Amino acid sequence: MLPRTRLGWWLLALGALLLAAYPWLVPPFYVTLGAKALIWAMLAMSLQLLAGGVGLVSLGHAAFFGIAAYSVHLLTPEYESLSILVTLPVAILAAGVAALLIGALSLRTKGFFFLMVTLAFGQMVFFLFHDTACCGGADGVSVGRPALGALGVEWTLGRGDRSLVYYYVNLAIIIGLYLGLAFVLRSLFGRVLQGIRVNEHRMQALGFDVYRYKLAAFTLSGAIAGLAGHMWVMSDGRVNPELAGWHLSAEGLLMVLLGGLHALHGAIMGALALTGLNEVSQLITERQLLVQGLVVLLIVLLLPRGLAGLSLPGRRHKAEADDDD
Amino acid sequence: MDFASLFTQVLNGVQLGLLLFLIASGLTLIFGIMNFINLAHGSLFMVGAYTAYVCTSAFGSLWFALPVAIAAGILLGALLERSLFRFFYTREHLYQVLLTYALVLLFEEARAFLVDNDFHAVPVPAVLDFSVPVTTQFSYSAYRLFVLALCLVLAGLFFLVIERTRFGAVVRAAAFDRDMVEALGLDVKRIFLAVFAIGTAMAVLAGALAAPLYSVYPGMGDSFLIVSFVVVVIGGVGSVAGAFWAALLIGLVDQLGKAYLSGVAGMLVYLMMAAVLLWRPTGLFGRAA
Repeated sequence: MLPRTRLGWWLLALGALLLAAYPWLVPPFYVTLGAKALIWAMLAMSLQLLAGGVGLVSLGHAAFFGIAAYSVHLLTPEYESLSILVTLPVAILAAGVAALLIGALSLRTKGFFFLMVTLAFGQMVFFLFHDTACCGGADGVSVGRPALGALGVEWTLGRGDRSLVYYYVNLAIIIGLYLGLAFVLRSLFGRVLQGIRVNEHRMQALGFDVYRYKLAAFTLSGAIAGLAGHMWVMSDGRVNPELAGWHLSAEGLLMVLLGGLHALHGAIMGALALTGLNEVSQLITERQLLVQGLVVLLIVLLLPRGLAGLSLPGRRHKAEADDDD
Repeated sequence: MDFASLFTQVLNGVQLGLLLFLIASGLTLIFGIMNFINLAHGSLFMVGAYTAYVCTSAFGSLWFALPVAIAAGILLGALLERSLFRFFYTREHLYQVLLTYALVLLFEEARAFLVDNDFHAVPVPAVLDFSVPVTTQFSYSAYRLFVLALCLVLAGLFFLVIERTRFGAVVRAAAFDRDMVEALGLDVKRIFLAVFAIGTAMAVLAGALAAPLYSVYPGMGDSFLIVSFVVVVIGGVGSVAGAFWAALLIGLVDQLGKAYLSGVAGMLVYLMMAAVLLWRPTGLFGRAA
């Protein structure tokens, strides 16, 4: 999941520098787009932790994204905005608790069952927001954006420089998230998760309580999806039920697969690539779904190791091996 | 809540459940035998509904649509199985999910390209466009009764094929232990193809039958797909009998929920699923993993 060599880490640092330079190289519209792409990257990383790390494919992760977004809406009084120091922990907590509950039920099942059950629970959350009157129903509702600031000092952002600030906030979160997950994956906890991915029964036989490990990973992953949902509300200022819909869950998985299932940075690459692709396809045709569908088809058929796999030719065996530095 | 309206809702629930069975029986067999998760199954339902819409507007009656839907379903199922799905039976679930998700997008685009993005009502066939009086004040739509009867006949036929024929025995055996069936020298590939074609045809036919009841609209496959998943989970993967009873249960819960508990109706079927998972994680008729 992580780079095996020092060169790999240098390349990652170079990538981060490129992302940091990006807003200065493009017109403002693309800065907003970039900020959103980074939010998708957070969502994709949460799925990557599950799919690449534990071998669990969840088709309901948008639920946690949506729950976090809606919790900001429910928390914020109308026509006001709260400090991010209040909204962010609440949003992450709400998503994490939901993931704990849904995970505790879903993880009683395996394989296809798990996929279908997470999909169904995701859809349940979608209907919760869609059908109840409190949250704007099917159309959604606008939300006071969480403000950057603390202890009474607030950083008021003009419309013009908002997206630039959000871009860098999101980038900082992505870098922090990557390093944090790298730490988790290298810890004993992360090793156990990877053991479960390779052979669950063996881990069980070794005495690990597999269910608890999977539930912990699922909860962590849901909380990260919640972080992404919170950042989405902050940059978009709106919530609607589609944020919890299954198309978003599938798109997140698509980013993971596009980037490459077995490299953590693949999720970021996949999210950026897919957002770019959607933007380009919007320029050339009205039939975006057609382009997206064909691209997915091609990836699934031709690029089983994703973009991250492309950049590392001939390293298949090494990538599978375990290293202890 | 008077008795007549309750009776109507129960009949509607049973009829919805039987339609769900047509979709879910194919799904559960495809899961059980091929180990394949098909998100495009809902799109096939949509194909059926739009076939009904196009046929009724072109020829003036639904009766042309039903045989066309069955033929289209068999062809489409066989084509997809031969050209795409068979290469994915042994791949990780994630690839199957994304392959079939791509098909969902492509089917939606094809629908937008060939028809349009509007809602369309599909007329009930003229012969059945009346209500059957049940009591003096209360009557029930003849078309719904027709759908009920046809679905029951199809379900009966399906059971008969699965439970009483040699082909059915092989299919059940393959759902139980695919490798053993192959080791006994049976041509598993042909069984897969047949099961896929039949499952697809039933989903497409369900769509055609549903068109006059629910009208046709973009994304209509999604909701039926996900509720069918719930049916499969509750019934137990690979179990046709489980799919039948679970479909009836979900049809009734959904219909009665919408009629009498409108606030939480959308969530009821999922809560039902959560309860079953707590009680029996492998489904009502599933065997222990």
